Amino acid sequence: MPFWAIVRRDLRLAFRQGGDGAMAVMFFVLAAILFPFGIGPEPELLARSAAGIIWVTALLATLLALDRMFLGDWEDGTLELIRLSPLPLELAVLAKCLSHWLVAGVPVLLATPIVALLLRLDPASLPRLMLGMAIGTPVLSLLGSVGAALTLGARRGGVLVSLLVLPLEIPVLIFGVGAADAAITQEAGAAHLYILGALLAGALPLCPLAAAAALRQALE
Amino acid sequence: MHRFANPARFMRVSAPIVPWLAAMTAAFLLVGLVLGFRAPPDYQQGDTVRIMFIHVPAAWMAMATYSVVAAASAAALIWRHPLAEIAAQEAAPLGAAFTAVCLVSGSLWGAPTWGTWWVWDARLTSVLVLFFLYLGYIALSHAFDDPTRGSRAASVLALVGWINIPIIKFSVDWWNSLHQPASVLRLGGSTIDASILVPLLIMAVAFTLLFVLLLLLRMRAALLERKIRALQMVEAEATASSYALAGR
Repeated sequence: MPFWAIVRRDLRLAFRQGGDGAMAVMFFVLAAILFPFGIGPEPELLARSAAGIIWVTALLATLLALDRMFLGDWEDGTLELIRLSPLPLELAVLAKCLSHWLVAGVPVLLATPIVALLLRLDPASLPRLMLGMAIGTPVLSLLGSVGAALTLGARRGGVLVSLLVLPLEIPVLIFGVGAADAAITQEAGAAHLYILGALLAGALPLCPLAAAAALRQALE
Repeated sequence: MHRFANPARFMRVSAPIVPWLAAMTAAFLLVGLVLGFRAPPDYQQGDTVRIMFIHVPAAWMAMATYSVVAAASAAALIWRHPLAEIAAQEAAPLGAAFTAVCLVSGSLWGAPTWGTWWVWDARLTSVLVLFFLYLGYIALSHAFDDPTRGSRAASVLALVGWINIPIIKFSVDWWNSLHQPASVLRLGGSTIDASILVPLLIMAVAFTLLFVLLLLLRMRAALLERKIRALQMVEAEATASSYALAGR
């Protein structure tokens, strides 16, 4: 099945070159560790800001590898072949999003408990934070695919991707941090998680459509 | 609609409209401002309520302009309509300006009435996001060496970002907010007194006319710019070939 062939190929490339995934996690941990120096090491202050710090740094970490989501394939012509293959371009974009999430999102997700420990996040809200990130980080990859496809071949593409994608990612941030808020009840936390789920359900079909439209223009 | 796809016809049709539109815009702005200053001060806010006559029309136009950009982008993508592409690109900076006016005037209004320049509430945040969407659109449309590719990519972005418009519109009803809920266009009639509503609506018409006028002027300028560039290319080619013929 060509869908899984794309995912397998991207994962193999990522692991053999050893670049993006490791870089995203390292950036995530390092950036989060900066905050105790920046805002002070008081446990209460850190515990209150922990969820927000983790979400913001995770969001920035997933941005790092975005501009290379299609760039390599576009430059060496692989993207043309993918477009000519019987697999619809929308599904190819979905495969790209899946491999981006597996390479950049999942390692960040796995590093979250350690960073949460360092930032003294309330242990009771860790499961909700993790669940929120498990639902929310795929949305970041999906929205990112639109930005990456739109800026293909642009000057200063990397900076431009952030400018395009960050405003669209704000809702994910709001509801992700809301779900992990220690002060709210279980039901209110669940409501935030449901909205994150709705965002994922909306982004899953719509973002590949938009990204595929953008890719077709880049290939013209 | 396709009758106006011809740029030459657009230039011909729009030329006599511009002066009339300019006169009407000036008239509405003048009447709206005079009425706005003569409206009675609010019983709670005093004279600061007059900021509304700039703030609210600017906010409406900020959202309406984005919808114009999105609709023109859709037309440009679906029908490859050349004027729609220019309309979307020329409307975006106007929308960014309206959004900036809305944010700044809102901040100036918030300082005396709410006691703060800025709050992180749903409506203010989503208007700020709208501002960044405009900036992203403008940056993307200029980011490519090939201008067609830039405007096509920006068109896709405009359609994606349109999701934000209903969020802004309904944010004050969905979330508890310091910002007041919708009070002009709502079921069960307006909650604003006629002495303030009339100048507000006149200002809204004035801002709409201003937008159409500036859009027409910008589109005409953009078309002329393209014509000049095309003529310069022809001239450069002619010079180059004459040098080639002279055997240099």
